[in-house]
Amino acid sequence: MSAAKGSIPGAPEAQGQQRRGPADRHGFRLEVRDLEIRNRRDGPAVVSGISFAVRPGDVLGLVGESGSGKTTVALALLGHTRRGLSVSAGEIRLDGMDLLRLRPAALRQVRGARVSYVPQDPSAALNPALRIGYQLREALRSHARITGDPETRVREVLGEVRLDASPGMLRRYPHQLSGGQQQRVALAMAFSCRPSLIVLDEPTTGLDVSTQRHILDTVRRLCRRYGVAAVYVSHDLAVVSELAAEVAVMYAGRVVEAGPAALLFGRPLHPYTQGLLASVPVPEGGRRLTGIPGQQPPPGHRGPGCAFVPRCALALDECRARAPEPVPLAGRTVLCLRAAETGTARAEPRPAAAVTDPPAGAAVLSVRGVSASYGPVRVLSGIDLEVPPQACVALVGESGSGKTTLARCIVGLHRDWTGEMTFQGARLARGARHRPVPVLQQIQCVFQNPYTSLNPRKTVGQIVAEPLRRFLHVPRGEQSERAVSVLGDVALGPRYLSRYPDQLSGGERQRVAIARALVAEPSLLVCDEVTSALDVSVQAVVVELLRAAAARRHLAMLFITHNLALVRSVAQFAVVLRQGEIVEAGPAEQVLADPGSDYTAQLMADVPRLRS
Amino acid sequence: MTAAAPGTERIRRHQWLASMGSAVRTPRGAAGLGLAGFVVAVAVIGPQVAPDSPGALLTLPFAKPSGRFLLGADFLGRDVLSRVLDGGWLLLLMAVAATVLGIAAGAAAGISAAYLRGRPDGLIMRTVDVILAFPQLVFALLLLSILGPRLWLIVLAVGLTHAPAVARVLRSATLDISERDFVKVAELQGMRPAAVMAKEILPSLSTPLMVEAGLRLTYSIIIMAGLAFLGFGQPPPAPSWGTMINENRAGLALNPWAVIMPALLIALLTVGTNLLTDAVGRAALGVDRRPGEAALADALDPAPNRAGNRA
Repeated sequence: MSAAKGSIPGAPEAQGQQRRGPADRHGFRLEVRDLEIRNRRDGPAVVSGISFAVRPGDVLGLVGESGSGKTTVALALLGHTRRGLSVSAGEIRLDGMDLLRLRPAALRQVRGARVSYVPQDPSAALNPALRIGYQLREALRSHARITGDPETRVREVLGEVRLDASPGMLRRYPHQLSGGQQQRVALAMAFSCRPSLIVLDEPTTGLDVSTQRHILDTVRRLCRRYGVAAVYVSHDLAVVSELAAEVAVMYAGRVVEAGPAALLFGRPLHPYTQGLLASVPVPEGGRRLTGIPGQQPPPGHRGPGCAFVPRCALALDECRARAPEPVPLAGRTVLCLRAAETGTARAEPRPAAAVTDPPAGAAVLSVRGVSASYGPVRVLSGIDLEVPPQACVALVGESGSGKTTLARCIVGLHRDWTGEMTFQGARLARGARHRPVPVLQQIQCVFQNPYTSLNPRKTVGQIVAEPLRRFLHVPRGEQSERAVSVLGDVALGPRYLSRYPDQLSGGERQRVAIARALVAEPSLLVCDEVTSALDVSVQAVVVELLRAAAARRHLAMLFITHNLALVRSVAQFAVVLRQGEIVEAGPAEQVLADPGSDYTAQLMADVPRLRS
Repeated sequence: MTAAAPGTERIRRHQWLASMGSAVRTPRGAAGLGLAGFVVAVAVIGPQVAPDSPGALLTLPFAKPSGRFLLGADFLGRDVLSRVLDGGWLLLLMAVAATVLGIAAGAAAGISAAYLRGRPDGLIMRTVDVILAFPQLVFALLLLSILGPRLWLIVLAVGLTHAPAVARVLRSATLDISERDFVKVAELQGMRPAAVMAKEILPSLSTPLMVEAGLRLTYSIIIMAGLAFLGFGQPPPAPSWGTMINENRAGLALNPWAVIMPALLIALLTVGTNLLTDAVGRAALGVDRRPGEAALADALDPAPNRAGNRA
């Protein structure tokens, strides 16, 4: 430990290449060995057998679906476990010093100074009542001994994250900054003490692609410059592939595959990694997405065998009986009994194009010169848009572009708009209360957040039967039959009828919300960011179900998303929205492959792509 | 993923029953239920087992306890035990009725204010502010002294004075729920506002409703007893705990039991309902979950963090 203390240089103002103390004898800044975290000392293991190492200046991507234990591991790197959890085995060595053996006081000195953390949601992590200048200085003040003059350092780190270091900026409160700026402040805070290790927990999840690109560039640049080891937690493989040299894929509390990013993304060996990669939408290609059906078992419900068996196409009886051990293979470590064969099993051709050309005909929905405002603030101006029959129109835009407001105007939740909308030839009234019941039935909506769009006090059966009762006057006896059939369309079995929403995963909830919209037999389906709260693997399942169901029922669809990569997998037409105005519209292929505007071209350039 | 763990099927239909169940398993809840249950049992079974008629003049005023009269006699020489056993049920009944009335009126006002917003909100909440400006007891006394002490009027007065406080609490609870998308879905299904409030919003308010009901019941008992003490209760020959305290305080030195017993029962009842309410509120919030359980639940349910991400 004394050796570790000696590694902290006194004058950190030097620019350019700066090595931060010695890494351990293998050249690793961070080494995690056989980490196991349990719920109470004797409870089920939440994560186990976690081993990885990161070199100075490198980024390790820790990927997996939510619930895989990646955040639990990330927090353990700061010597922290959530209430009720405790580390039961293993070691975490930072520059050779075992973090898990430190006393609380010593750990406090390490946190912030030598290990820092960038949380997922900066708006929640920054104190809303304090100016950002104060918060930045506070981080430095707590570790005064190891840094020089706070003012110089504050200006320096703000410059490093490309934020204006003027006094005016420092006097702002977090709510006066955009989401991207807030995340930059959090990054500046994390880098301000020149740490050895930085842990980033999905820091770009809520950000637009361009902002995300800037944040990723900043992280990469600063890690290189200061020899910082970074652990980047994310469920988004495309983001990780752009940033990380090494990747560890987690599933149900184990690392199932770990190794150099190029190898893992180029030729994944574990069936789970293969599944995750197949779920990632590609902006250029309109291929069908194949997700991973099912969900991972929670701690305490993981059987004796491999936890991936229920979702694995290659599972054998042996996989059920015996837990696999990590084996080194083809330059990486894999946790799969059939690892040697999986590389060859994945020779199947890429799936066919997802979308087909719609038939010609009068538009189902046409929007002419619609402008909308919230009180004095105008959020949409002069929108013209047509949704042809049986076609899907993707409405793409960054947050704040007004895309959700347009959806709310169309379905009748927002009434403060001017212009004209016609639906199947008839004018649409403003506000759902003024629309006749058949119109309400014909336009159905699926909301962004499946955690608030289902009434927690109603069963799935009641939720899905409600439109049948209201719109279609289906007799009680037939309701459950119809509900079962529509649940089948979204790949949920009849046993879901009696479940309550809080017994379902996010993906299952969103499928119930889709079933509720489909059961009303609409002719237009408005989908507002329906996958943005979901994991990539689940997103793929949901998008594919939605696309297939719409095609089968000859539905027209308005698919609102911030994710350009998804557009080609679901829509024939694309409309790009920016600050309330349409920038570009046309066939999806043309808009994305050959953008007519600089804005769209920039967005396409900023979309993270899988690099293999 | 929220991973609804296989095998942990929970019955969520009656969430208030579940909270109640886990509340009475905590020491606080068990004590509350025990105390309140005991007093309710006294009030309900009492009239059947009372040894004497509560109105009969049987012995000397303020007679000390004896084998014949276990708690002695009151200021007219009536049996205190019989009067205590007989004097609770009407108080309880009136307190419950006033609570139900107050909760119903307050909930209706609070939920509509929050859901309808705009002008109804302003109108309802300003009325609530005005009523809240009067101390509850003073307001009840005012009504009673103008219209005369009738039992239904006491219930009405106490119930109505509960309503504003209930309305405030339920308004803030409803504000949160009415912004959720499932409410919007119901509107898009063409549901009328009254139906949205009753069918979609109300079921999610069971926890605040339960806590409010418990709290208001406690207050009802106190105010009813207080009103009886001040002479606004049942007319004199009938026994009532509140009235008994007033009638017999002159003889406190001669036979203290005539005051202590009714006061004790009122105290036990209010403490009991309060403890039980507190336990229910905690159970519903999850404060009394064991730490391990809470951590596991957090680990399994990252939903709240993810939910607001791109909002």
